Amino acid sequence: MIGRAVSTDSQSADRHDIAVIVNGLQYSRTVESRLLLSDFLRHDLLLAGTHVGCEHGVCGACTVIFDGVPVRSCLMLAAQADGHAIMTVEGLAADRNHLNPLQEAMRDCHGLQCGYCTPGILMTMTAFLDENPAPDEAQVREALSGNLCRCTGYQHIVDAVLLAAERLRSPSP
Amino acid sequence: MTTRSFGAPITRNEDARLLSGQALFVDDVELPGMLHAAFLRSNVAHARIRSIDVAVARARPGVIAVYTAADLGALWAPGPLLVPPPPIAGIVFNQRTQVPLAKDKVRHVGEPLAVVVAQSRYLAEDALADIAIDLEPLPAVVDLEKAGETDSARVHDDVRGNVAAHVRQFRGNYAAARARADHLIARRFCYDHGASSPIETRGIVASWDGRANQLTVWDTTQAPVFLRNGLAGMLGLSERQVRVIAPFVGGGFGPKIMLFYPEEVVLPWAAMTLNRPIKWIEDRLEHFFATSHERGQTHDAEIALSGDGMILGIKDVFLHDTGAYNPYGLTVPINSQCTLLGPYVVPHYDSTFTAVFTNKPIVTPYRGAGRQHGVFVIERLLDIAARELGIDRAEIRRRNFIPPDAFPYKNDIIYQDFTRLEYDSGDYEPILDKALAAIGYREFLAEEQPRLKAQGRHVGLGIACYVEGTGIGPYEGAKVQVQANGKVSVATGIGTQGQGHFTVFAQIAADQVGVDVRNVDVVTGDTDQFYWGAGTFASRGAVVAGNAVNEAAKVVRTKIIKLAAEHFECAEEDLEIGDGKVSVVGVPGKAVTLGELALKANPMRGAVRPGTEPGLESTQYFGPPSGATASGVHAMIIEIDPLTFMVQVLKYVVVHDCGTIINPLILSGQIHGGVAQGIGNAYYEQLVFDDDGQLLNASLADYLLPTALEVPRMEIVHTVTASPLNPLGIKGAGEAGAIPVGPLFAQAIEDALGLADRKIELNEIPLSPNRMFELTTKSR
Amino acid sequence: MKPAPFKYIAARSLDEALALKAEYGDEGRFLAGGQSLVPTLNFRLAQPALVIDINPLAQYAGVAAQGETIRIGALTRYRDLERHPGLAGSLPLIAEALPHIAHPQIRNRGTIGGNLAHADPASELPAIVLALAGRLRAQSQRGERWIAAAEFFTGALTTALESDEMLSEVELPVAPPRSGACFMEVARRRGDFALAGVACTVRLDADGRCAEARIALCNAGDTPILADEAGRSLAGEPINVAAIEQAADLVQGAIDPGGNVHASAEFQRHLAGVLTRRALTTANDRARREH
Repeated sequence: MIGRAVSTDSQSADRHDIAVIVNGLQYSRTVESRLLLSDFLRHDLLLAGTHVGCEHGVCGACTVIFDGVPVRSCLMLAAQADGHAIMTVEGLAADRNHLNPLQEAMRDCHGLQCGYCTPGILMTMTAFLDENPAPDEAQVREALSGNLCRCTGYQHIVDAVLLAAERLRSPSP
Repeated sequence: MTTRSFGAPITRNEDARLLSGQALFVDDVELPGMLHAAFLRSNVAHARIRSIDVAVARARPGVIAVYTAADLGALWAPGPLLVPPPPIAGIVFNQRTQVPLAKDKVRHVGEPLAVVVAQSRYLAEDALADIAIDLEPLPAVVDLEKAGETDSARVHDDVRGNVAAHVRQFRGNYAAARARADHLIARRFCYDHGASSPIETRGIVASWDGRANQLTVWDTTQAPVFLRNGLAGMLGLSERQVRVIAPFVGGGFGPKIMLFYPEEVVLPWAAMTLNRPIKWIEDRLEHFFATSHERGQTHDAEIALSGDGMILGIKDVFLHDTGAYNPYGLTVPINSQCTLLGPYVVPHYDSTFTAVFTNKPIVTPYRGAGRQHGVFVIERLLDIAARELGIDRAEIRRRNFIPPDAFPYKNDIIYQDFTRLEYDSGDYEPILDKALAAIGYREFLAEEQPRLKAQGRHVGLGIACYVEGTGIGPYEGAKVQVQANGKVSVATGIGTQGQGHFTVFAQIAADQVGVDVRNVDVVTGDTDQFYWGAGTFASRGAVVAGNAVNEAAKVVRTKIIKLAAEHFECAEEDLEIGDGKVSVVGVPGKAVTLGELALKANPMRGAVRPGTEPGLESTQYFGPPSGATASGVHAMIIEIDPLTFMVQVLKYVVVHDCGTIINPLILSGQIHGGVAQGIGNAYYEQLVFDDDGQLLNASLADYLLPTALEVPRMEIVHTVTASPLNPLGIKGAGEAGAIPVGPLFAQAIEDALGLADRKIELNEIPLSPNRMFELTTKSR
Repeated sequence: MKPAPFKYIAARSLDEALALKAEYGDEGRFLAGGQSLVPTLNFRLAQPALVIDINPLAQYAGVAAQGETIRIGALTRYRDLERHPGLAGSLPLIAEALPHIAHPQIRNRGTIGGNLAHADPASELPAIVLALAGRLRAQSQRGERWIAAAEFFTGALTTALESDEMLSEVELPVAPPRSGACFMEVARRRGDFALAGVACTVRLDADGRCAEARIALCNAGDTPILADEAGRSLAGEPINVAAIEQAADLVQGAIDPGGNVHASAEFQRHLAGVLTRRALTTANDRARREH
């Protein structure tokens, strides 16, 4: 069934009831112990914007914001999310016609090509810009180094983050 | 009037969806009742299969089915040869293609032996451990030279010496050229490419609707049309019963155009057999084995030169690792053979290669598709020649360039598109001059380098040239249609993996038909939306499909004007088109919108004149007679720590000619991405196999993709020599960034460390700190 | 790459965590940051029967200065260490190493206790704890004990922790006056495991001679290696180029790197020498500035 794609029929599976807030909405679900947070978000909550690239914590495509800090959702269990708050890429903007300044800067600077690594980068950079409103290029590249992109060569992403920082510091009227 | 969007750095139409997490990738497909597949893969490189027992796996709760080769019935067959060998005289070609599930023998680590279909991927993986496999290991064929020895193990029992192919192409008379030469240089070069490693791995969802008799397959493929045709044939269906959808694909780079991967054949069959939709998503570990690579070649090359550095001839004999099977024919080594010639006049050329079967995953094109290997050989030979003859390395290249009045330039040997290699256009000296100026060549060598050296810093410069055959046939098609709401739709058969097709095709159509580019929606990669096409590969999408869009849009434009002229009862010359409407020149207010015209073109009632086609639409195809030749020069300055051999790129310049530019923003993105992959290939990425054919670094922790700290900021300069082979004058650009980076690193590191004085040459790729340590300490 | 089935319990107290560990022994694994454990679960390299989530035990996260020592709770995340005020002054080796440990997203979850208990010989923190002669507190239902760093790391991915023990705290000395420290590593990319890494401290006496030097290395053997002889060779003398050279030679003799896909053992040994020279020079400069 849709939304239960990772459930099993096995009686012996160890399950837990969890309550988690995602993008401001409360969800109550029952999850198997071993269900990864990335799979929970994508296939249980159908928030497929968070992508999976490696399942060993290297590529960063699965980055979400967990209690305010960016983390690899492939390295967490859904069960650990009980009582916590998560923001995913779907929570950044009201809808695709009203992108936020970071998203707009990414579009304006051609900071994405295939778009697969993009949600992870958006979440990483959202948290980074919150803590570093006036970064220089070296700082941006360092913050970006935990997210792999195979398409862009990173240059336009760096441009986008610097432009977003500038626009956030002095928003147009 | 509408601003022309062709040539403008327009932001992409597809980005809003991608940025808000609202773009469909294959793992986002969720269907009622969907099951999940996991494949049991060989953990040895070469073995006879004694037995497979799946009884315990089948009995596990949550498992719906387990299949082996024996269960596949008529489906089990070696896959088709996707690219037959080109018509080269004397060619030896032994076709051996991959099978859906291994039977009798496994030939590489990761080859699939069985598939489990279960209620979740978690359960399916549990069941893999239940399968009992009895394999009799055989010696693994790993080394290219040893593979050819008479007592070597055989990857295919009936192929002696593991010869997949033997090809010689030549022109002129190298032996005579050699005899006349003032200088001969002979070297061995080893070039290893790697795994494309897109951030999205492969994936398939296959869904069979037994009541509608329809098969739908979502697949991360770069060639949905051919996949549809092949699956229909294999499954006994009509092509019209099969729909293949390539949704948003998270990076292709070549290996996603390899077709009839085992999983692509097994999933649809299993979906039909079980009457349930089934999903398989390749995980990253599988990706290192289950998706094709590009790997190594060993070249023994010799160049014959005159005393003033003019190339008289080149002879090259090389071995090419094709892996366990060769479904993609000889595209990669033929590209190496052809691209070695570069932008240079090479009067006599004799190139021979042997493609060798090995017990490793198959080799098919990955961004560059064998060109890197050839470019490395010629650029290194010229570097060595420059040193030995005392000629500046930029100067020796300049002397050998094909002059601008020599185009179209016939190289005579056969290229990957089966035509005789001919460069359609080019002007190489200005590109070199721009690169030298941009990198500050003279100033660097004369002042900056010696000054930094005196401070104890080791900086070096590299410069490399290349030519890239792009935009090859056979053809692509496009359908352009003006709809009643005034929007324009464009459908084409190729897919998208991030190159901006949704935007560049929209730009082309928008300008012809006179609408805003945002009012053009593009559909790609869905075989129900467009029936014909070859696929996205070989830097051809913009050239071939772009021109097809242009042709179709031009026809639609003529229809618009004709219909508007009838509507206004005026001459066609009195009309102008733009801003989504057709207006009468000089008569303000007298205009009709394209939407209104579209309605007129498809009346619900009334009679039409015989021969009238409904609607404002057109389907056109474009097939170039041969490929358009792009070219460029890369230049780089690096600093290297002489003790740790850590490299930092200080400056990187690309001067690039890809003909007329459709969208400079998208083009620069393609070049940046290509260079990043080139840097990975040159100094970071290496697939490390041991003597048993085991891959030792099958994870992203140990297969090192460059990050934002390893890829520098690049300066890109464009030059334009329009291609005469297509009306838009465009050439391909997708692979260019990746091609010359290897020789660039070799040259720059030699320069930085003064290796020439220590008689050390860097004639292999990849390099790395460890390898640099080995090479520099061995010489002591 | 999905984990094999396991039971999961979020421990509500240390007692509960220790009781479960006593019951399950090696079949029970503690889940702290998860940045080392979960990849092994996903690859199915580890298939424990029970995962004991100790993240709820917030009392074991935190940094407490206690005069000449600092106590760091095992559940302290790298991120919180990075942001701890004054870390550069009190624990300069850790402050210098932190940017090299993985990436911010990993550091947001990973814990110092998890890292030390995982005992990857290529990891930075075990070498640092060894260089600082730290102490590690192990607790179990049977009681608690302090284990000296020199005894804690017993082999590759192996520690002296018994199968019913949990690492709860690390105690490290604050950098004393007239001392300098330096951590340096060579890694293929920022955040990767080091091909070789050196953590060293030097303390000078009133005359500017070396009073004590300690040099520890990562990725130099099955465990972090303390180069005793090299450290002692510097004591009592000024730390000049010749002394540093001799120490570097002794370091190269003291280690037994195993080599890996990225670096041969010879290259690792070479790098250890290079890094020792550079790190000692910097540590000495820093100590002299403090003088």
